[in-house]
Amino acid sequence: MIAIPYLTALTTYFSYGLLFAFGQFRDFFRKLIDWSKANTLQGYAPICLGLEDFYIRRLYLRIQDCFGRPISSAPDAWFDVVERYSNDNNKTLKRTTKVSRCLNLGSYNYLGFAAADEYCTPRVIETLKKYSPSTCSSRVDGGTTVLHNELEKYVASFVRKPAAIVFGMGYVTNSAILPVLMGKGCLIISDSLNHNSIVNGARGSGATIRVFQHNIPSHLEEVLREQIADGQPRTHRPWKKIIVIVEGIYSMEGELCKLPEIIAVCKKYKAYTYLDEAHSIGAVGKTGRGVCELLGVDTADIDIMMGTFTKSFGSCGGYIAGSEVNNLNSPLIIRKISYWKTYALKAQSQRSKGRCDIHLAIDLIKYLKYTCPAHLYATSVSPPAAQQIISSIRVILGEDGSNRGAQKLAKIRENSNFFRSELQKMGFEVLGDNDSPVMPIMLYNPAKIPAFSRECLKHNVAVVTVAFPATPLLLARARICISASHSREDLVKALQVISKVGDLVGIKYFPAEPLKQHQDGKAVKFD
Amino acid sequence: MAEAVMNFVNTTLDWVTGALDMPSARAQVFGFQIGGHLFIEVFLLVVILFLLSQKSYKPPKRPLTNKEIDELCDEWVPEPLIPSLNEEPYAPPVLESAAGPHTVINGKEVVNFSSANYLGLIGHKKLLDSCSSALDKYGVGSCGPRGFYGTIDVHLDFEARIAKFLGTPDSILYPFGFSTMFSAIPAFSKKGDIIVADEGVHWAIQNGLYLSRSTVVYFKHNDMKSLRETLENITSKNKRVDKLRRYIVVEAVYQNSGQIAPLDEIIKLKEKYKFRVLLDESNSFGVLGKSGRGLTEYSGVPIEKLDIVTADMGHALAAEGGFCTGSTRVIDHQRLSSSGYVFSASLPPYLASAAITAIDILEENPELLSKLKNNLSVLWKELSKVPGLKITSNKESPIVYLKLEKSTGSQKDDLCLLEKIAQRVLEEDSVFVVVSHRSTLDKCRLPVGIRLFVSAGHSEYDLRRASESLKRVSAQVLGGHN
Repeated sequence: MIAIPYLTALTTYFSYGLLFAFGQFRDFFRKLIDWSKANTLQGYAPICLGLEDFYIRRLYLRIQDCFGRPISSAPDAWFDVVERYSNDNNKTLKRTTKVSRCLNLGSYNYLGFAAADEYCTPRVIETLKKYSPSTCSSRVDGGTTVLHNELEKYVASFVRKPAAIVFGMGYVTNSAILPVLMGKGCLIISDSLNHNSIVNGARGSGATIRVFQHNIPSHLEEVLREQIADGQPRTHRPWKKIIVIVEGIYSMEGELCKLPEIIAVCKKYKAYTYLDEAHSIGAVGKTGRGVCELLGVDTADIDIMMGTFTKSFGSCGGYIAGSEVNNLNSPLIIRKISYWKTYALKAQSQRSKGRCDIHLAIDLIKYLKYTCPAHLYATSVSPPAAQQIISSIRVILGEDGSNRGAQKLAKIRENSNFFRSELQKMGFEVLGDNDSPVMPIMLYNPAKIPAFSRECLKHNVAVVTVAFPATPLLLARARICISASHSREDLVKALQVISKVGDLVGIKYFPAEPLKQHQDGKAVKFD
Repeated sequence: MAEAVMNFVNTTLDWVTGALDMPSARAQVFGFQIGGHLFIEVFLLVVILFLLSQKSYKPPKRPLTNKEIDELCDEWVPEPLIPSLNEEPYAPPVLESAAGPHTVINGKEVVNFSSANYLGLIGHKKLLDSCSSALDKYGVGSCGPRGFYGTIDVHLDFEARIAKFLGTPDSILYPFGFSTMFSAIPAFSKKGDIIVADEGVHWAIQNGLYLSRSTVVYFKHNDMKSLRETLENITSKNKRVDKLRRYIVVEAVYQNSGQIAPLDEIIKLKEKYKFRVLLDESNSFGVLGKSGRGLTEYSGVPIEKLDIVTADMGHALAAEGGFCTGSTRVIDHQRLSSSGYVFSASLPPYLASAAITAIDILEENPELLSKLKNNLSVLWKELSKVPGLKITSNKESPIVYLKLEKSTGSQKDDLCLLEKIAQRVLEEDSVFVVVSHRSTLDKCRLPVGIRLFVSAGHSEYDLRRASESLKRVSAQVLGGHN
């Protein structure tokens, strides 16, 4: 949990209160002006209701220039940020032709595959020429090429699962799979800080949703016990099935999931587990296989492994890798089991029994291929993007004949741990765990968001600041994403700039030296 | 017994009258005679205070003991993660080359009717060139959502280009066509709002309707009478209707039937009943209208009359992603409220660049559209005589949709028959057509059918080959059935 200093909480509330009051004040006059004008939309309710976009109009627009900054190059370690200007108090921003070369601390380019790569790019272009950019068809119609099948095999073996299915977008992977797996009478227990795609998928499924406190296995156990004992609301029938959804690395916290403990709880209570590795796959673990490898969890204990290709692999799309589902009622399986049983008897070997398990395991992915809407209706992964994933996995595994993959993995770990410890030494409040390449720096006060972001950009360091829709109102933060493509000099420069700006903005909340009082005073003045 | 009671009552009455006759009972305060009230009132007050001080009655609560919960947890048996599957799922043919009008399956060249490559842009040289130069410049992925350095200048260029092409003030680019509708609808419609939707809309829209938690009323597929009745019903029944946001959600060309929505009538109804219209142009953008601007151009309706227009770029534009276009307010609202836009990595820049080029090609080569129209009319004429199958699609829809003339009564059996036809057509005559597979989550109840996505890249010979083959095979397969 984040312990917010009392004074900071007070000043943050005060700032938001002030912004809210001024916003309401301006809205009041806006209403008067609108009222005096002839209304063309008589009889229609306004398309955006008053308070629904109040936040955008009155708060977000003031600091709009800190978000959505366009770039005009690959999101590599250094990139070109396009300069923008505004003639109407930030309401609209216009692009200029001027760019500034900035150090990129914002993109999820964990392994540095975002830019052209000596191994991947030629293969991607070759694939583009062979397969064109799109198949214009869904996977189940005419969108399955040799490449897609190959990709699924690569992904399955990379995450150490028997089978996998890929989709054209990571967000869709979560939001279209959950309705397939869960339905009425099922229970989804979700970490309180899970990504919006999981939340949307859970809502779309029609199942009951319960939340457990972020990354606290004991609370998960409490919720599970209570829910199993109570059963479904009102009818008190037992739940049909329960699934626990967690993420490998939480993108806004930089924390690693307490996976071993959570898996133990889930096993004890027979709940299924769903692990979203959007930020962790490829980025952590000795061979880049994600949190399971890092924390020593057997992938067989996780029923559904989900991940995306947007981050470490520098491509797009998402995957689901399936676990053994012992669905013994299925006639298909019964047939297969009897077949394998006879086969096993004949062969009298252990090996054929192992293969029997694999057949059972493929079942989940088969079922998804049979009925998942994203597989049936959505355009399949763009072939060049699929090739990028295959090639980058090959590089990570060293199948390209070099040890660049291992170097990249070592580099990102070293870079992340160096950067995190330096930030902590300076007195910043940094969230997250060691080894995680994501490190949020707490800002709290709304005025510090644009101040930090703009000052860093002035010094040619591009950082991401995150505020309300993505985080709780009080807990605004800046987020640093470290990449394997950053050199030590890049990081040292970034640290210098961040330290300087941190002093200016007053966000070194932790007492590096006895300067704390002074800084707090400054923070209030800044508001 | 009775005597005892009488005695008791008498003594009580004596006591009360005695109390009332007491000198203090007749005390006067400020000139008012208080009488015996005071005693009774004080007594009542004491009783009330006494009752208040007592604990209220609660049925004894006996929460489950830990042991009982342990037992319940032990006893609980979850269902398997997935239900049993009674059939071997359909395994689609695997393409060994680009999904153009001709493709390779199992080492054999086949005519491809499964790809919504309406303008035949797959494999177009200009498109490939723009993609490869974008790949060189930007790499493959954008590595971030639009808000966090995932906005690349080609994204903005595309948004400006599409707005200019369609004549709208602004547009917004989504990273995936499938997520466009199910993000855009919940951004504008919330709990309590009313949506009137066609019953034939595809799953992405259905999901958007569900996620919005609005009141959704379906009308009969492409039936304007039913739409009118539904609108009339809603507006007359609900008195607060003026305060609610009301939307009509339709597709331009229905993916599930190939029919074209009569936009001019919808606009008339919308204006009469004051609804807003959301139109999905996924299968009509780049196809319908004189210059491919979609259903609005085709029906001669100015695009300003529509409030929200969405489209999938994975069809005619031969790229991937989706866009939504409309007024500045509508677009700006989505930039922070639309989940599929805010919380997802942006479109790979090479696909945005491909889409820009595709629009350029469309503008420069209007003959692509006339070729497509010509192809459609040829195929339509040929296929109207297929024994046992009936065309349900509109004459100008790029999806030619054939359903069984006589349904077997179950969707599954229908699908089986159609699959058999498609499989034989592919194996025997190398024509690749697809059957409309439906997810078990899909609420659409329109009949299943064989879908042919016609492309400007098909030659007349391809079309004849397809229709001849379909005629021959369906006569054989359905001959016994009918």
